[in-house]
Amino acid sequence: MDSLLFHAFIYLVAAVITVPLAKRLGLGSVLGYLLAGVIIGPHALNLVGDRTGDVMHFAEFGVVMMLFLVGLELQPALLWKLRVQLLGLGGLQVFGTALVIALIGAALGLGWRLPFAAGLILAMSSTAIVLQSLQERGQLKTPAGESAFAVLLFQDIAVIPILALLPLLALEPATPAVAASTVDALPDAAAAHGASGIASLAGWQQTLVVIAVVAGIIAAGRYLVNPVFRIIARTEIRELFTAAALLLVISVSLTMQLVGLSAALGTFVAGVVLANSEYRHELEADIGPFKGLLLGLFFITVGAQIDFALLRTSPGLIAGLVFALLTVKFLILFVLARIFRLATPEGLLFSFALAQGGEFAFVLLSFVVDHHVFTAAQAAPLTATVALSMAITPLLFVFNEKFVQPHFARPTPPARAADQIDPASQENPVIIAGFGRFGHIVGRLLRANGVGTTVLDLDPEQVEVVRRIGLKVFYGDATRVDLLHAAGAAHAKLIVIAIDDEAKSVALVETVQKHFPHLKIFARAAGRVHAFEFQKRGVETFYRETLGSSLELGVDVLRAVGFRGHQALRAARTFKQHDEASVRELAEFWEDDDKYFSEARKRIEAFDQMFASDAVTGRQAKGDRGWDPMPPGDASRD
Amino acid sequence: MPARVLVLFAHPALQKSRVNRHLATAARQVPGVTFHDLYEVYPDFQIDVPREQEQLLAHDVIVFQHPFYWYSAPALLKEWLDLVLEYGFAYGPTGTRLQGKSLLSAITTGGSAHAYTREGHNHFTMRELLAPFEQTARLCGMTWLDPFVIHHASRLGEATSLSPHIARYTQVLANLRDGQPAPASVTPPSIAKP
Repeated sequence: MDSLLFHAFIYLVAAVITVPLAKRLGLGSVLGYLLAGVIIGPHALNLVGDRTGDVMHFAEFGVVMMLFLVGLELQPALLWKLRVQLLGLGGLQVFGTALVIALIGAALGLGWRLPFAAGLILAMSSTAIVLQSLQERGQLKTPAGESAFAVLLFQDIAVIPILALLPLLALEPATPAVAASTVDALPDAAAAHGASGIASLAGWQQTLVVIAVVAGIIAAGRYLVNPVFRIIARTEIRELFTAAALLLVISVSLTMQLVGLSAALGTFVAGVVLANSEYRHELEADIGPFKGLLLGLFFITVGAQIDFALLRTSPGLIAGLVFALLTVKFLILFVLARIFRLATPEGLLFSFALAQGGEFAFVLLSFVVDHHVFTAAQAAPLTATVALSMAITPLLFVFNEKFVQPHFARPTPPARAADQIDPASQENPVIIAGFGRFGHIVGRLLRANGVGTTVLDLDPEQVEVVRRIGLKVFYGDATRVDLLHAAGAAHAKLIVIAIDDEAKSVALVETVQKHFPHLKIFARAAGRVHAFEFQKRGVETFYRETLGSSLELGVDVLRAVGFRGHQALRAARTFKQHDEASVRELAEFWEDDDKYFSEARKRIEAFDQMFASDAVTGRQAKGDRGWDPMPPGDASRD
Repeated sequence: MPARVLVLFAHPALQKSRVNRHLATAARQVPGVTFHDLYEVYPDFQIDVPREQEQLLAHDVIVFQHPFYWYSAPALLKEWLDLVLEYGFAYGPTGTRLQGKSLLSAITTGGSAHAYTREGHNHFTMRELLAPFEQTARLCGMTWLDPFVIHHASRLGEATSLSPHIARYTQVLANLRDGQPAPASVTPPSIAKP
C-alpha cells in the first residue's frame, strides 16, 4: 500500500474532507490543508510514511507557480511603483528582524553569531501561506497586500546573499572547499530557492551570467512566447496549451537554478513580462489548478512535519519560542508599517500577515546544520517553531478579521460563493457587469423600458442594498468565463461593463472579446487613461463616468452667470463633441508623454480659440450660423 | 375685466438678435402680460406638456413672438405646437379647450416689406406664408388676429430707429390686454434709409 496512487488517495481524501470544513468554519483553506497534514502525518494517523519530506520539496514548486501567476497580474508599471516598498520595507524588515533577534540573543548571553544567523533565518515569512491567504480574502491589491507582497519578494531575493553569508557566521569558520561543495549538497528544495550551478566561476563572471539569463528571460517573454503560443493555439488541442504553459514555467525555473537564482523570482519576472501578453488569461487558467493543487500539497506536508514529539517533551520552550517569534516580528513589522505610512488597520493586517516564519527557514536551517553553524539539536526547536508559527498564521488572519479590524473601518465582507443565475435570466439580451452608482442607473433605465437585463455585481453589500429596493442582482465576478456563460453571454446581444475597478473592467473586455466575440461592449471609463485602454482593445463605445455630470454642472454655472439656457447647453454639447473627438485622436499618442501633452495642449488651445472668436464676433466657428442675421446689402432682403 | 395675455417667445440665439431682444425686454415689462421664454425654459426641448396646457387655459390671448426662420417658427416653437396642441385638448370632437381664445403672431423678418409681395424676393405675402398658423388657430377654434410684423430686422439696430417699433409692440400687447382691437396694418412705418 505504498504506491503513488495510494498516497495520492490519502492526500486527496484528507484535503477534500478538511478544507471544506475549514472554509465552512471561516478559517480559510490554508488551515484546512495544514490540519489535513497533521491528521495524516506521523504523529496522528501516520498514513503517509516518512516520505513527506520528498513530497514537500516537490510541492514547493507550487510556490514557484504562484509567483508566476502573481507576476502575470502585475503590470511592470505597478512593480515600478512598488520599488520603494520592495527595497525599503523589505530590506528593513529582513535586517531589522535579524538585528533585533541578535540583540535579544546577545542579551541572553548567547553571543551574537548564532542569534544573528537565527534572526536572518527567522526573518523570512511564508510566501505561500501569506499570498494564498491574502488572495483568498481579496486583499492582495490593498495597500497592506501590496506591501506584504513587496516584502515577500525582497525576502525571496535576499535568500541568495543570506545563503552566502550564513557559513561565515559559523563559530569555527568553514574552509573555502567546504563552502563551495556544500552548494551541491543542498537539498533540492534549496535549489528551488537558489542554489548555484555556476559557483565555480569568479564573482564578476557569475554576475554577468545572471544578468544575461534574466535579460534572456525578458527577451524570450517579449519576442518568443507569443509566436510559439500562437502556433500551439492554432492546433486547437487544449491540453497542448496546458503542456506548453507548464513547460514555460518549468524551463524558466531550471534556467534560474542553473545560474543560482531563485526559481520563484525567475518565474515571477517571466510572469511580469507576460502580463501584457494576449495569452495572459489562458496562462492563468492553465497554471492555476496546478498551482492550487501543489500549494495544497505543500501545506499538507508542512502540517505533517510539525514535530509533535518535541512539542510533547518541551512544550514550554516551543510555545515560548513561537510566541516570542510572532511578537518580535509583529512589532518590527508594525513599526515599519507606521514608518511607511500604512493606515492603522492596514498596518495591522500587514503585520499579522508576515509575523510567521517561512518555508525558506526549513531550507536555511538544514543548510546551517550542514555548515556546522548550528547543531541539529539547536535547529530542531527552531524548525518546530517555524512550522507552528506557519500553522498559526491562518488563525492570526481570522483573529485580525474578527476581533481587530472591527475596531477600525468596516470589516471586509466574508468570502461568498457566486449566486446561481436562474434560467429565465439567461435569455436576456443585455448583461450588466457592476451595479453600483453607474451600472444601476443604466440598469434601471433599461428595465423601465422593458429591456431584459442580467446583472452581476461583486460587492455583497451592494447586492443586498439593491435587492432590498426590489431589483434582482446576482452576486458574482463577471470576469469569470463560467459565470458569463451562466449569465447567458452566449445568447445576449451586448454587455454593459460598469464595474469601477479599472484593471478588472479591462480584463473583462479581453475575456468577452476572447470568449464571446459577438457581444457588443459598452464600457464605463474612469477617465482618459482608462478610455485609452479600451481604444487599444478596439472598444470605441466607452463613456467617461464624470463627463456627463461635470458638463451638466458647467451648463448650470454658465446659466447662473447669465448665459441663455439653450446657448449654454449647446456650448456644452460642442465641448463634449470636441472632447470625445480629442480623446479618440490622442489615443495614438498617450504612451509617449511629451508628444501626448503637446498634442493635448494644441487641441485645448484650438478649442479655446474657437470660443474666444465666437465671443468677439458673436459668430460660432460652425454649427449655428443659420441663426445669424443676414449680412447687410444682401439683395434677398428686398 | 382685462384679458390675460400670454407671450410665447422663441429665439434660439438671443445673443445674436438685434430686434427681438429689445422686443422681449419690452414685452416683459407690460403689466398683465405673461412672458414665457421657451428656449430658456426648455433648452433641451423636453417640453412639460401638462404645464404648458394649464398655462394656455389660464390665458385669453396667445402671442407667438419669434423671428421668421425659413417662413416659419424656430424649431422649439414647432415642437411646442406638435406636443402641446394635443388631440382631445386643442382639436378633435372633444378638443375644445382653446375655443374662444385669440392668437397673434408677432414676427420679425430679415427682408423688407416689399420682399413679401408677388414681385418681391419671397413671392408670397406674409398672410399667405402664415397660413399654417392661421389654420392652426382655426382648427382650435381660436380667433386669428392680424399678425404684428417688423420687417428689415437686420437693418434696425440703433436704438433710434428701433424705438417706434418697440413702442408699437408694447401698445399692441396693452391693447390686447385691454380688449381693444389690434392694429390692422402689417406694414411698418417707413424707415429712413441710411
